[in-house]
Amino acid sequence: MATLNLMVLVCLAYVALLFIVAFAADRLAATGRSTWLRSPLVYTLSLSIYCTAWTFYGAVGYAARSGLEYVTIYLGPTLVMVGWWWGLRKLVRVGRSQRVTSIADLISSRYGKSNLLAICVTVLAVVGITPYIALQLQSITLSFSIFFEEAPVGAYSDASVVFWVAAGLAVFAILFGTRNLDANERHHGVVTAIALEAVVKLIALLAVGIFVVWGLSGGVSETMARIDASPIGEWKVNGSRWATITFLAVAAFVCLPRMFQVMVVENDDERHLRTAAWAFPTYLLLISLFVVPIAVVGLEVMPEGSNPDMFVLTVPLSQGRETLAMLSFLGGFSSATSMVIVAAMALSTMVSNHLVMPIWLSSQSDRASVSGDVRHVILLARRVSIAVIMALGYFYFRLSGGGAALASIGLISFAGIAQILPALVGGLFWRGATRSGALAGLTVGFALWLYTLLLPGLGGGLMPDWVLSDGPFGIGWLRPQALFGIQGLDPIVHAVMWSMLLNTAAFCAASLLSFPSPLERLQGAQFVNVFDHSAGPRGWTGSVAQSEDLMIMSQRILGAREAQDLFQSEAALQGGRGHLPEPTPLFLERLERELSGSVGAAAAHAMIGQIVGGSSVSVEDLLAVADESAQLMEYSSQLEVKSGELARTAKQLREANEKLTQISLQKDAFLGQISHELRTPMTSIRAFSEILRDNDGLNTQDKVRYATIIHDEALRLTRLLDDLLDLSVLENGQVSLNMRDGILAEVLDRAVASALAGAEASLAVRRRRISETVQVRSDLDRLAQVFINLIANAQKYCDAPNPELTISVHDVGGQAVVDFIDNGSGIPAEVQSTVFEKFFRVNAEKAGGAGLGLAISREIMLRLGGDIVYLPGQSGGAFRVTLPLAGQMAAQ
Amino acid sequence: MTGDGDGERSERKAPAVFLERQTYRRRRLMDAARLLPVLGALLFAVPLLWPGAEDAGTAAPVPTSRAIRYIFVVWALLILGNVWFGLLTRGWSGQGQGRNDDEAEPPQRERG
Repeated sequence: MATLNLMVLVCLAYVALLFIVAFAADRLAATGRSTWLRSPLVYTLSLSIYCTAWTFYGAVGYAARSGLEYVTIYLGPTLVMVGWWWGLRKLVRVGRSQRVTSIADLISSRYGKSNLLAICVTVLAVVGITPYIALQLQSITLSFSIFFEEAPVGAYSDASVVFWVAAGLAVFAILFGTRNLDANERHHGVVTAIALEAVVKLIALLAVGIFVVWGLSGGVSETMARIDASPIGEWKVNGSRWATITFLAVAAFVCLPRMFQVMVVENDDERHLRTAAWAFPTYLLLISLFVVPIAVVGLEVMPEGSNPDMFVLTVPLSQGRETLAMLSFLGGFSSATSMVIVAAMALSTMVSNHLVMPIWLSSQSDRASVSGDVRHVILLARRVSIAVIMALGYFYFRLSGGGAALASIGLISFAGIAQILPALVGGLFWRGATRSGALAGLTVGFALWLYTLLLPGLGGGLMPDWVLSDGPFGIGWLRPQALFGIQGLDPIVHAVMWSMLLNTAAFCAASLLSFPSPLERLQGAQFVNVFDHSAGPRGWTGSVAQSEDLMIMSQRILGAREAQDLFQSEAALQGGRGHLPEPTPLFLERLERELSGSVGAAAAHAMIGQIVGGSSVSVEDLLAVADESAQLMEYSSQLEVKSGELARTAKQLREANEKLTQISLQKDAFLGQISHELRTPMTSIRAFSEILRDNDGLNTQDKVRYATIIHDEALRLTRLLDDLLDLSVLENGQVSLNMRDGILAEVLDRAVASALAGAEASLAVRRRRISETVQVRSDLDRLAQVFINLIANAQKYCDAPNPELTISVHDVGGQAVVDFIDNGSGIPAEVQSTVFEKFFRVNAEKAGGAGLGLAISREIMLRLGGDIVYLPGQSGGAFRVTLPLAGQMAAQ
Repeated sequence: MTGDGDGERSERKAPAVFLERQTYRRRRLMDAARLLPVLGALLFAVPLLWPGAEDAGTAAPVPTSRAIRYIFVVWALLILGNVWFGLLTRGWSGQGQGRNDDEAEPPQRERG
């Protein structure tokens, strides 16, 4: 006979074992020798907090009442796990890369770190989960009372048991759930204890199931026959409930704060999902495998009117299997405690982070910068939150009376939590989802859930009966369980349909109509495209203010010596011994100022924030950084443009200077040449005129000779001056050209005739008249002057015994090309480039002219839009004149 | 598989119009993984079609034992499917690989 004392003893021993396991796991994790603690197996088992006492006891009761419908609660999570690659993997990756601490944190983080959203989710979660916690307390109390009924003791009271159970669970959760502050650090102790409890509850339920099937019924086929013969032997599941509850289970599995805690926050390694994807559905399958047999056998063997929720416990007891009953009791105890502990932990994180801390910080706003005790405050807030949540559960249980109303609270709770789903899924897969949308969806869903399900479902006068039957103010289509006049639906189906439908509609509509803030858009991109933004699986790293890191960074920016000096002086100021000062707010401020001198205020703030980790880098910071760099870039590009301009100007100046120098040199040379050219005839003119003046005894013949010389020299001077004038006019562009059309052959005829007229040496000119019939548009007189000059040159300089000049005309690329090639020795290569310079003469002895002919020719040709060049590599001296054809000038 | 060797080698020089066979297989495997929950949901929805005890229909209601067999067999098959997928993808957990292989189908991504 299982005495009360024995049971209490076993119970206490079990709790002590859990404490030891949790403690040892924490120690192991602290020393880093905890590889098996991070195994996929522990992860999978920790997920089993999905199976609460509602599962352990309630599933059998559910099956006894409604047949197979209970299985939907486990089919939903199975579907989620089967689709892990598509959904859960993303959720876990986002949770890890964003370091979220709870589902409220995730939602708030996705929608621009909005604390209002976090508060909404937190309130929703607390309202939804508190009855659930009460349900667990009730199941523990019920299971206790079963044993007390067996061995009645006078001092028993439900209230005191529930109180002590709640208090004990609170202590456990506080001890192991709020040890370390950083919620990113896993609660290894709690998780390991939960894994152990998962094993216990599975073994317990399997043991009872095996006992029922093989012990009481005598095998599988007999059991099946018994099932078919029982009151639940026929398929009578309501289709809409089947689908709705499966959906609810899917939503709850993802959105329940405790599931989020173990699945995402406590996840050590993304790869564990791979194992959990099949291992957890297997766990669920095993848990629900024997539910119907136990229910059927319970219905048979237990007396009419006994509570089917307790069949797991009462069936073995009625058969006298106390040890099995004890194991079963421990299983139920495990289910309830693990759920309560994790739920309290998860809720306390949400409450302290999103409700207590913002309030506390705003009340401390004037002293926020000096308080170094925030860690204490947070820990205290978490502990108090756990206590308060447990107290809420306790009072809820006491107030609701622990009656049948509680039994349906599981699904009601699921429906409440499911209101988070649109915001969550939308946030993960739709970049257009906005904070306003999430807020609208949550509000609408929460309100509808309260109105259509929670308040009517709780009973106890929370909603007057006339509202239920007639609607508020007598408005019929607002009746809580028949909204818009649609009657006859199951209350759960009705509530879930309307709340989810309108929730999603509000979410989508508000998202489409509103415009997100920059931070929201950034977060949206990071969430939706998390696989593009985050590296593969990696562990969390702590972020603590590190003076050394600050030092390294400052050295990079300020320079090693300066940074060391700064740090040393600060360390001395702080009275420390080492070279590194403590990263006090004052020092950080000073450092930031120093750094901002180098990299700009926003960048400095962001860098220090990055290292210290206290304040995250906000989008505003990033925008400011971008602004600063944009300004810098603008400035530097302006500088670049200006320096380029300067360089160009300098180059132009240099060129101008060179040109001036050259021109000055040319002028000097020109003046020298001119004076030389002028002096030669002047000298002979002066000499002969002096002879004429001073010698009276000159005969007439001599006189005539001398006068002729003087006349010739004067003529030469005049010609020279004419040429100079001509050249100067040409060079200054003051010449007026008489452009007209003409045939090239005629110009050549004229030139050859006038060049050869009166010449003593004969020059044979060869021409091909056919090719010369080219129409040109030019100043024909000037052109003839050029040709005369070239022919005269050939005549003058050709040193062949039978001098010959070939004049050939081609049409090359729309230009007339006239080549003058003689059969002489030509112009030496070294002077070919200077042949067009002023006063150039190939050899001074033969010089007849002033050496200006070619210079003038070139000037003329340039004025006429053509050119004249020396053609090297011909048999003799060769010049090429190019000039535009008629009609080409206009086009140019 | 071996017959494709030469073709692939020559194709590799040109810009990849077609994925390599292995990558292609992986993508389809991931498609299968995405479809698996849909298949599961459909199979679990089959009981909605069964005549219930309350239906005043012609067909006899399905006995609970058969319903149990159906549901648990489907359940086990889904689990086996996931085990199979888990085994096939065991080697994919390297850094970056997961990203490139699973999510890199450009038309699905929203850029900018």
